[in-house]
Amino acid sequence: MGIQVSTRRARHTLGTKLAPSTVWESRTLPNGCWGVALERPFPVRSPNSRHWISGGSVPDASRGRDREVKPDKKGRLAARLRGWSGPPGPFRPEFWRSPLRGPWLTSVLGLILLAGITAVAITGLVSYAAYEPRLPGNDTTPGRGLLGFYLFDWPTDPVWLYRVTQGVHVVGGLTLVPILLAKLWSVIPKLFSWPPARSVAQAVERASLLLLVGGAVFQFVTGILNIQLFYVFPFSFYPAHFYGAWIFLAAFVVHVVIKLPRVISTLRTYGLRDYLRSSVADTRPEPPDPDGLVAIDPAPPTMSRRGLLAFAGGGSLIMFGLSIGQCIDGPLRRTALLAPHGRLYGTGPNDFQVNKTAASLGVTPALTGESWRLTLTGQHRMELSREDLLAMPLYTYALPIACVEGWSTVQTWTGVRLADLGRLAGIRTGSTGVTARSLQRGGYFGEASLSAAQVADPRSLLALRVNGADLSLDHGYPARVIVPNAPGVHNTKWVRELDFTQEGS
Amino acid sequence: MNGHGRWARAYGAPTWHLLALALCFLVAGYAATKVVEVGIWPGFLVWFVGAVILHDLVLFPLYSAADFAARSSTARTPRRRRTAARPPGRRPAPINYLRLPTAFSGLLLLVWSPLILHGAEPNYRAAVGLSTIPYLTRWILVTLVLFAASALLYVLRCLAAGRAGR
Repeated sequence: MGIQVSTRRARHTLGTKLAPSTVWESRTLPNGCWGVALERPFPVRSPNSRHWISGGSVPDASRGRDREVKPDKKGRLAARLRGWSGPPGPFRPEFWRSPLRGPWLTSVLGLILLAGITAVAITGLVSYAAYEPRLPGNDTTPGRGLLGFYLFDWPTDPVWLYRVTQGVHVVGGLTLVPILLAKLWSVIPKLFSWPPARSVAQAVERASLLLLVGGAVFQFVTGILNIQLFYVFPFSFYPAHFYGAWIFLAAFVVHVVIKLPRVISTLRTYGLRDYLRSSVADTRPEPPDPDGLVAIDPAPPTMSRRGLLAFAGGGSLIMFGLSIGQCIDGPLRRTALLAPHGRLYGTGPNDFQVNKTAASLGVTPALTGESWRLTLTGQHRMELSREDLLAMPLYTYALPIACVEGWSTVQTWTGVRLADLGRLAGIRTGSTGVTARSLQRGGYFGEASLSAAQVADPRSLLALRVNGADLSLDHGYPARVIVPNAPGVHNTKWVRELDFTQEGS
Repeated sequence: MNGHGRWARAYGAPTWHLLALALCFLVAGYAATKVVEVGIWPGFLVWFVGAVILHDLVLFPLYSAADFAARSSTARTPRRRRTAARPPGRRPAPINYLRLPTAFSGLLLLVWSPLILHGAEPNYRAAVGLSTIPYLTRWILVTLVLFAASALLYVLRCLAAGRAGR
């Protein structure tokens, strides 16, 4: 291991050439103090001892803070505070003994998270746009203000887009859980570093880290609970996850801007291969770092760095492997053993994932029986029975239904084109969107709007049948909307009214 | 001392560092005002603070205590073999063959506990139309497979080490 040898030699040289107890080294300050080279005492390990020697009489934990003390009252207090080595336990650097922690490990985990979280964040923002919050009835965060600056018209092509982006968002988030945990583990000594801040810059940066860590865990926890329908949080999921995302992203972006140069230089200096090659037996701590990630009193290794990365990666693989099935059709769907919406209902035409049952939303067979009528509202108003609809030209398309909760499936839908219904209501195709109202009582999206472009797509249907059979009650009998590439909640079930009088869409 | 130096000494980093962080707090603060406007801020704040400490003050002490216990119980070997630098022919250390399946099983339980422990049952049954009961069995099965695979791997490694040692 060339790195370790050369480091040890460097330490040795420093320790013998310079003063026996204090070694002055020109170096940059920890944490965001680059470009400010100050002369500071830096503790080194004496070549013959396992103990650290720190600057002058200052105890270990206050290393690097030695300065000339002015003899006034304030100065004496400061000197006494400096003399105090800080609270015991985790606040002492020697508490943290894993030989694996260090800038290299944190950099590698950080880069993986950077790629993963970027993908999850972008697909999350895309999903928000896919909800078309500017259309009536679709907006779950009416007060978003500037945070909706990027909204765009959600396309109907390619039909699988939302299926993929939301699959990436949910399954990607699940896959990142072990990496996030590993990253938090790798930097945990810094939470307890004493003193809490050594400069104003560090104090401000640490405040942003509260938003980063809190934001990340908040987003993961609310997302993971929401897909399991475990609504224990005392707030509505939509605004909390959306505004929480912006708080997290603000801290995430600034963290990347501040740390990426360090990550790049760390990986340039040490490369990937050397550390990945070493086995458990020849795993050594990384060279001492200014941030105190590297243990000063390391325990013997029980796992190599590549072992740790494989450990975290293995966790990711298991999370991914047991949940990705809910986004796939065919026999592989059975692999979704631990995913909330990868269940098998049977083999019939209506035996695919149900998101909300009729019973849970107060939709009963009495409401959907012979007396059911579809109301069309446009230039004129009319009512159609299911027989009337079945007598109209029917079209059949295989389209995915993809839920915000991450599951998706392609089914073959048969029904009347929304555009044809619009024309029946006296609306020129492409001139206006539609608001679909459901028989459902309560719940989200009992009313959802589609844009003019979505209505104009020939594959947008008011579906009456699926896979050759009548829709089941749980899948929206007597009629449901199905629109290519729309999020699942926009495929309104148990439609009672299609309102084409929408304005400004 | 020039202006840059004075700034750097007083603040501790270049100016752009403060500007970038100010922008971060501006955006986060703006989003926070929206949380207040919606009226969900007390619950949001409690959960956010909980999220800050969840790993470092709750999960970490739990899993490191478990790991410590596992290491103590498996390290009944003499001190000199502590460094894991085992000569060929020696049995591989069992710790990681215990660590991995335990951690993976714990991870699955951590993430899917509302399904596995049926906490989500009322909402889930109402929405999906099925029960969460199968998830406990599935988790136990996955856990058994993980431990069995790990044990098998350990036995194979021991056999391989034994052969190499002969």
